[in-house]
Amino acid sequence: MLVYTLKRLFAGVITVWFIATATFIAMHQVPGDPLMNDKAVSAEIRANLEAKYGLDKPVTEQYFIFLGNMLSGDFGISFTQQNRRVNDIIRDHFPISAILGLLAIFFAATGGVLWGALTAIYRNRLPDIVIMFLVILGISVPSFVFAALGQLFLVNLNSLFGQSIIPVAGWGTIWHMLMPSMVLGLGTMALLTRLMRSSMLEVVNEDYIKTARAKGLSPTRIFFRHQLRNAILPVITVLGPQIAAITTGGFVVELVFAIPGLGRYFVQAVQQLDYTVIMGTTVFYGAFLVLMVIIVDILYGFIDPRVRLS
Amino acid sequence: MKISLPKFFLPFSLAYCLGAQASDAVDFESQTLTIALTQEPPQLNSAKATDQVSGTVLGHLMQGLVRYDRRGNVIPGVAERWEMDEKTATFWLREDAKWSDGRPVTAHDFVFAWQRVVDPKTASEYAFILAPIKNAAEINEGKLPVTQLGAVALDDRTLQVSLARPTAYFVKLTVFNTFYPIRQDFFESRGDQYAAEAKDLLYNGPFKLTEWTHSASLKMVKNEHYWDSENISLNAIHADYITADTRARLNLYTDGKIAFTRLDGETYKDALSQRFRIRRFTTGSTFFLEYNHRPGKPTGNRNLRKAIQSVFDPDEMVNRVLATPGNLRGESLFPVWIKGVKDKFRKEYPAPQAGYNIKEAKRYLELAVKELGSIPPLVLLVSDSPTATKQGEYIQGVLLNKLGIELKIDVQTFKQRLAKMTSGEFDIVGAGWGPDFDDILTFGDLFASWNMNNRGRYNNPEYDRLVRLTMNSTDPKTRMDAMGKAQQILFDDAVVLPQYEQGVIYLLNPKIKGVARRVIGPDPDFTYARIVP
Amino acid sequence: MSLFEPTAADFEPLARQEKTEQITRPSLSYWQDAWVRLKKNTRAIISLGIIVLLGLFTLIGPLLWSVNPALQNLDQVSQAPSWAKSAVVIAPYQSWNGIRLDNYTSPARTFTSLPAPTGFSTADTPTTQRVRLAWDQVPGADGYNVYRNNRAPRDFNDLGLPLGSTYGDELSYEDRLSLEPREYYYSLVPTDGYDEYEVYSQLILTPALALTPDEAVERELITDPHEVNIGDYLTIEFHPLGTDYLGRDMLARLMEGARVSLFIGIVAPFLFVLVGIIYGGFAGYFGGQVDGLLMRFAEFVVALPFLLFMILFKIAFGIGPGESGIMPMLLALVLLSWPSTARLVRGQVLQIREEGYIEAARLLGATDHYLVLRHIIPNTMGVILVTLTFAVPAAIFTEAFLSFIGMGVAPPTPSWGSMCNEGVKTMLSHPHELIFPALLISITVLAFNLLGDGLTEALDSKMRSRD
Repeated sequence: MLVYTLKRLFAGVITVWFIATATFIAMHQVPGDPLMNDKAVSAEIRANLEAKYGLDKPVTEQYFIFLGNMLSGDFGISFTQQNRRVNDIIRDHFPISAILGLLAIFFAATGGVLWGALTAIYRNRLPDIVIMFLVILGISVPSFVFAALGQLFLVNLNSLFGQSIIPVAGWGTIWHMLMPSMVLGLGTMALLTRLMRSSMLEVVNEDYIKTARAKGLSPTRIFFRHQLRNAILPVITVLGPQIAAITTGGFVVELVFAIPGLGRYFVQAVQQLDYTVIMGTTVFYGAFLVLMVIIVDILYGFIDPRVRLS
Repeated sequence: MKISLPKFFLPFSLAYCLGAQASDAVDFESQTLTIALTQEPPQLNSAKATDQVSGTVLGHLMQGLVRYDRRGNVIPGVAERWEMDEKTATFWLREDAKWSDGRPVTAHDFVFAWQRVVDPKTASEYAFILAPIKNAAEINEGKLPVTQLGAVALDDRTLQVSLARPTAYFVKLTVFNTFYPIRQDFFESRGDQYAAEAKDLLYNGPFKLTEWTHSASLKMVKNEHYWDSENISLNAIHADYITADTRARLNLYTDGKIAFTRLDGETYKDALSQRFRIRRFTTGSTFFLEYNHRPGKPTGNRNLRKAIQSVFDPDEMVNRVLATPGNLRGESLFPVWIKGVKDKFRKEYPAPQAGYNIKEAKRYLELAVKELGSIPPLVLLVSDSPTATKQGEYIQGVLLNKLGIELKIDVQTFKQRLAKMTSGEFDIVGAGWGPDFDDILTFGDLFASWNMNNRGRYNNPEYDRLVRLTMNSTDPKTRMDAMGKAQQILFDDAVVLPQYEQGVIYLLNPKIKGVARRVIGPDPDFTYARIVP
Repeated sequence: MSLFEPTAADFEPLARQEKTEQITRPSLSYWQDAWVRLKKNTRAIISLGIIVLLGLFTLIGPLLWSVNPALQNLDQVSQAPSWAKSAVVIAPYQSWNGIRLDNYTSPARTFTSLPAPTGFSTADTPTTQRVRLAWDQVPGADGYNVYRNNRAPRDFNDLGLPLGSTYGDELSYEDRLSLEPREYYYSLVPTDGYDEYEVYSQLILTPALALTPDEAVERELITDPHEVNIGDYLTIEFHPLGTDYLGRDMLARLMEGARVSLFIGIVAPFLFVLVGIIYGGFAGYFGGQVDGLLMRFAEFVVALPFLLFMILFKIAFGIGPGESGIMPMLLALVLLSWPSTARLVRGQVLQIREEGYIEAARLLGATDHYLVLRHIIPNTMGVILVTLTFAVPAAIFTEAFLSFIGMGVAPPTPSWGSMCNEGVKTMLSHPHELIFPALLISITVLAFNLLGDGLTEALDSKMRSRD
């Protein structure tokens, strides 16, 4: 177990190094100049800026400098906010995206498993049809529409009560997090519901369920101990990458709900070609994702003893 | 101890448990105002700030030598009086101007700040604005040491500026944030961290920054050391929300959380149906289509440009495409507010107008086809904002339906668009220009052949001569005559196609009085705002 | 006891018997069987029908509804669905100098209050081309502000849109701001040149829907401008689903947008799910070192920043300005999206690999090839189909998001996703611009979901026995 984990962690480090290298190459291939701005500047000023960010050196040398700095945990200074370190940006804003993402995953996972199990039990009956209809609505309406509708709902709720019940936007208390995390988790919840339903339906015909039923186990026990536990496996498989996707993919939600998360920084960085922020966030997210996958894989081994971790 | 029942139950009531701590848009008792910013201020170092949001925040935190009053007249700021001739400008600083730590603002602080701006090591994008000061350009090019800058502190309270050339508008120039003071000892104690956080900045303006949570909020509190703090009614300005989403800000306004928000073409109808009072303001920026004049480009052909000029209807652009009140039809590079000799420039030198004329357009197009052989599809470079794309689609429709010219829209993100503009990979580019200082030259020198912001590389010796004449003269009549001629050249040669002068509509909480909106300087300016019950 | 003595007749072949007892049902291959059962599933058949209809909408639709989706009509911006309207023919627009006072001098001082303006009226017949307002001078005022509202104002703070200001010597205003044939409440407020006096006069009017002969020719309503006279009525274009923000026909745009959205929404998911199945199946089946290596590579791909590579693919493909750029988008989607399916399939395969029937098959001498195709893939179908049906809207929205940040298809080519993007901004004032594209996306997703359900049931070998 320990050997396996260590092996995986070592492979993870290699993966992150690959990610960093690929992103570095891609970034330098994209046309555009991170130092260029609305106002054109003189050659001398440009030269100074290039020296500040080390862009005056050959690209290969820049790459090795970057690798060296990355190993010492330093991603440099942002190009757009010239007095802020990328490390500070990640430290200040990642926890916010992470909290939002985890809350969204929590909503998505509990909702998905619950609704999915429910639809499988009531297969082709009214609850199944109603939930499936909602699921389809959930996936076919884009998150920017849900974000806008969710916020509008809060405005109307507050005006109905004549005072601020739940804040419309911003960040700080648990109440600020409710609507954005629900909006963010909606798509994943729909996916998990569908996955859960189909895997529940597959499990229900398995021999061990029949055996359990024949043994005379109570339906509740069969449901929780055998059916749910086996059906939840594919759900966990997608959960790993989904966690990473959700904690990074909150750009629209962060924009609409004025949340100071890292998602906004990343999209902005790509648009502004902010080299250091792109590298910093990509490497950080890459490492985060790899870690999540490792955790999920190890978790998988615990839940399903049949899967051999070696 | 007797506890009254309602009070006892208060913590358990729904409103208390659920109640958000966020303050309301306006609070009369504490004279607190809450607003939303469209983005995080990228740079609060006044020597390096380039953008509107940073400029607005800085405008509340700092003060230059002079400032504008509500109607745009120059009034004393840190300097209580000044004198100027063709070679020098002298400012006498007020005694009671203080930094937020209580120490006086001195002439040395201005000299230090300005030296930082022109120092090539600082790499300030706005170093060019100091060019009228003697040796500024040479220092910025690394040819002279910063100590040679023509700004000297004669004593703590007297600042003498030697001018590189006669500059009629130098005093007005010092309103701009690049000219704000920076105190040497504080700056050096912070090093690279200067202005990175609220504690890394020193303030000499009406407010000081007490809290800055990046991308989330900025809290500005009245600066008790500000020399005119008696006349400041507001105790605090809280920028509690940062989002570029107009609808989100309208929702916050509707919810009573912010006191000010700008509307756009998509949201104003909702504001109207909520019966909010809508206000209008012309920002003073002009938007135009800039042609690529580089050799070999089809848009280098004057007849083609004239054909497009004759078929473009600025009225339709303003009324049907932008479709929000406040925008003015684009007639000239120079906006209507620019001052002329006595009255507004545009009243004294009316802009020549093509008007929509399809016959004339077709005649020009025939000539262009003769000269070019055929008209290849043109490339219109636009930024990735939805408004820019929408305008691009409109132009595309007009050229195709009226002239049969095919236009390809090249939507690019900010940096890619700039790269393409600089390298000349476009035929037409959608561009805009906002004023940096209150003089006609802020627009006039844009198409001088040496200006690096002349992205289409328009090169006309006569135009250059007129710009030089305006730069080196202090006689208003000579200057305006020259710019009047420049305006005629811009039209005759169809150098650019003016589209509109930008206007905005916005909502302002009716309990706030005395908010100033300005073309130059911090906008909106809440400095003298007060909250009425 | 005599032994069996074979005779010559015993060596004669038996006569062919036409009927023997049938104890087997027709031997159907797995896929044939699936098709048979799919045909019995009503929901799946309906959904197949919907998909065919969507195909027809995309391919045949533009032939039947031959309106140019790029044709702008700025007189009919953001119109809700309605029946054909008629418009009055008016003379071409002539600029108006307005009413100006000669020898005007600004008042020497500002006053605490002024009376409301009088004589606030229209200078001529108001049409959607222009509304011309005129009023009498208010002594003491040095300017006027004109407002317009769609409803009756309640008070001074509810006058509506601030259309514009005039100087003290101008006693008229021309409004051309996106006029519609509806009731307007105009208000006029005197000012001291800067601040307003809190009084106003009101004017209610309804401009007539109008167009000029030249515009009628441009919009192909008539062929010759002399065909009609000023004052005639013309029936103008009919937009069954309304128009968008540039007055373009929504139905035509939805049909054109379907090409981009359905192409991206169907082709990309099929390709990357296919890649994912092969990759994940391979990794899961062989396990061990191969699995570890393949999965580490999948993690590497997932972590690559999509946006950056999207830009890169666009450049690598040499996509010039104005070109749709749909192929690089497809490629980017396929190259960067397959790992999630691969992971899912691998997880399933790892599980199925250990099942009893696999071991049984293997004991009976089944080859790897046979095992994967006959046992493992069919058993992962349920989960695969679910991801596939989810990948459809995800791909459509990725395209929308890319359009939103300016990396999607080049304008004026529409797509459902980008139409949603535009529509959400005006969802309260012009809901039809959001509802129609969103509805089409929902129908597509619904159809693929139902089909996926049907397929799952049809492909599930365990349910075979129950039919």
